[in-house]
Amino acid sequence: MIAEIGLAVLWLAAALAVLQLVVGGLSLRPEGRVLAALVRPVAVMQGVLVLAAFAALIMLFVTTDLSVKLVVENSHSAKPLIFKIAGTWGNHEGSMLMWVTIMAVAGAFVAVIERRLDEATLIATLAGQAFISLGFYAFLLFASNPFARLAQPADEGQGLNPLLQDVGLAFHPPTLYVGYVGLSIAFSFAIGALVTRNVGPGFARAMRPWVLGAWIFLTLGITAGSYWAYYTLGWGGWWFWDPVENASLMPWLAATALLHSVSVLASRDALRTWTVMLGVVAFSMSMVGTFLVRSGILTSVHAFAVDPQRGAFILALLAIDIGGALALFTWRAGTVTEGKRFAFVSREAALVFNNVMLSGILGIVLIGTLYPLVTEAYGVKVSVGAPYFNPAAAMFAFPMFVVMSVGPLLRWRHDRLTGERGARVAWPLLVCAAITLSVLVGLELVAHHITLLPALGLAIASGLFPASMLPLVGRNLRRTPLPVWGMVVAHAGIAVALFGMASESAFSVERLAAMTVGETRDVGPWQVKLASIMPVAGPNWTALEATVAIRYAGAAPVELHPKAETFSNPPGTRNESALKTRWNGQLYVVLGEQATDGRWQMRFWWKPFVPLIWLGGAMVGIGGALALLGRVLTDIRRLVAKDKIAYRRMRQGR
Amino acid sequence: MTAEPQRMSVLKPKHQRLVLVLFALVALIGAALMAVYALRGQASYFYIPSDMVSHPPESGRAVRLGGMVQKGSLKTMPDGVTIHFTVTDGKAYVPVRFSGITPDLFVEGSGVVADGRMEGGTFVADNLLAKHDEKYVPREMKNMTESDAKQVVAQTK
Repeated sequence: MIAEIGLAVLWLAAALAVLQLVVGGLSLRPEGRVLAALVRPVAVMQGVLVLAAFAALIMLFVTTDLSVKLVVENSHSAKPLIFKIAGTWGNHEGSMLMWVTIMAVAGAFVAVIERRLDEATLIATLAGQAFISLGFYAFLLFASNPFARLAQPADEGQGLNPLLQDVGLAFHPPTLYVGYVGLSIAFSFAIGALVTRNVGPGFARAMRPWVLGAWIFLTLGITAGSYWAYYTLGWGGWWFWDPVENASLMPWLAATALLHSVSVLASRDALRTWTVMLGVVAFSMSMVGTFLVRSGILTSVHAFAVDPQRGAFILALLAIDIGGALALFTWRAGTVTEGKRFAFVSREAALVFNNVMLSGILGIVLIGTLYPLVTEAYGVKVSVGAPYFNPAAAMFAFPMFVVMSVGPLLRWRHDRLTGERGARVAWPLLVCAAITLSVLVGLELVAHHITLLPALGLAIASGLFPASMLPLVGRNLRRTPLPVWGMVVAHAGIAVALFGMASESAFSVERLAAMTVGETRDVGPWQVKLASIMPVAGPNWTALEATVAIRYAGAAPVELHPKAETFSNPPGTRNESALKTRWNGQLYVVLGEQATDGRWQMRFWWKPFVPLIWLGGAMVGIGGALALLGRVLTDIRRLVAKDKIAYRRMRQGR
Repeated sequence: MTAEPQRMSVLKPKHQRLVLVLFALVALIGAALMAVYALRGQASYFYIPSDMVSHPPESGRAVRLGGMVQKGSLKTMPDGVTIHFTVTDGKAYVPVRFSGITPDLFVEGSGVVADGRMEGGTFVADNLLAKHDEKYVPREMKNMTESDAKQVVAQTK
């Protein structure tokens, strides 16, 4: 029964999306104005209905309804509750339903709280949102119905892939999806503004919190996904340049550029066309990512539902949405009037430079990800990995980091770096540059085995961190606006993450050993001893658990418990690594198989400062959250003030 | 009138837009050119054993090797962590050396893709990608003809 209700509710929501599109489109014409009042309630209702459908699917998974095909294929009655719930979106159909749910709920959210934008642009935005959603509704209802029943109920479900049975699954996909789909709001805003020819600071101020929100979720989702891959896959790496990872990185790069250009548009009324263009590109990258992941045309460690037909469907959606948006853009771009000008040395110019560098990195990642497809068309098979991506992306990233440390100190419109200004701005920056240079020279003298990229990374990170604090110098810290704090924290987070990445690649120590019980080895500053191997059992797995006693440079020993787990439904194995985190790095221990002579294969990594990568990612997200909080508080204050003025006027009878 | 506005007005509005567009275009075309140039040098090409034997890549160049692990070829060295095995496509055989913990489900007779380089006559693998499930065939081998595949399976049984 729940499955049928879910499906019915989903159809109703799709019908409302049609209504939202048609009414929204009609009410933009003068004779259809009366219909305008209908758009907001319809958007809200659509959100509520989809949410109900999603709740129905979660119910089916929680109760393990074995007459539903999706549940049978992806769940099992003996699975812990959290993985039953998380399993709802651990598969193709469920994750597409989550996608549509987030999209509709975000639309409803805009309809309820957005009050700054003029009504026509808002209605065009909601109509645009309905248009994109409709494509995904069609995809869900015609090509991947999550509520399909089996003719004959199964006796037991097939279970969830062991690699996915992890708390990471409960948080990583929803966060990332909120980010992906949040960008659809930016896309719709761009469309709405183009349709009503209203590209200006007002539009940018309304769009900014939504972009910021989506970007925060993307940042946190990518960071969490990277850590999840790091500790579950047991390869000791944190980024593999896998197509699916690139699919999440590309929207992030575009959204980061959009975030900065929307700020320029909001505060200085420049970069109008560029901002609209980025709004279109950012969501397009989300869709390209989805297409790459779902169609299975690229080899990936994320063995997701691979189905060429679905790929074709998403490709068609991609062509319609992005082609349409680009056509609208070309048609209307001429009507977007020139924004304000700015000088070569100004904050705008620095932001433009970084926007272009981000786009450059985006291009590098996009080309590298698609290159195997292109060569395959000519019959040559290649794979592209870190040897291409790292140096090519660094060529754009490092200049960007340099400008990033200068930009926030510059004035809007026009600045001079001579005379008194020069003393205030240039001297602190010179100190930071000196730090960078001395770290680089020091590294080359002390540890010249480190390759160029990690050495540059360490040096630039050491200079960027103090430089990112400079905007706070000379300010009253209590009265510094929250968005400035947000920028400082986020920029410092980039420096912290960069330091972690560079340090991981420069200083990691790897030891691979076949050990008998009782044997001791050295791993960097650590002494590790395989104390014992014991069988253990969990709710739906059995495992061999090693007890490894580790000592850091003669300190008291600590025990770690890496496991090699065997799952029964579905059959599968997983190496659960064990981690020991210290302030200066992480020890990573993996238990492998038993060799024929009875020794155990063990793998150890000592990775100095590696946790900084994720700490930095979290700081970037927190910085975004601070900025968002600041913007929202300002808006609320402004609304309250407006209401007060209106009230006074009313009382005075004006 | 001070010098500042004058200096700024050297660039007319249209010119500023043009400069920005040109800058963006140059950077993006630069990115694309660099990407293509770097890809030619850095992409690792995929080989099946018969290609590897007939046209071996230059020593030390990163390539991928895909095929089936020959039955009975898997041997562990005395250090306990280095393994030797042979990858075949039914026509040619390439010896492979790998140090590390093998991926889950890496067994003789299964499909494997190895990242690494040729050193002398041996392929030294940095990383092994084994099948993800029972039906897994390396994607690069999917368009081997049916008879080829059967032959491989028969040979490696």
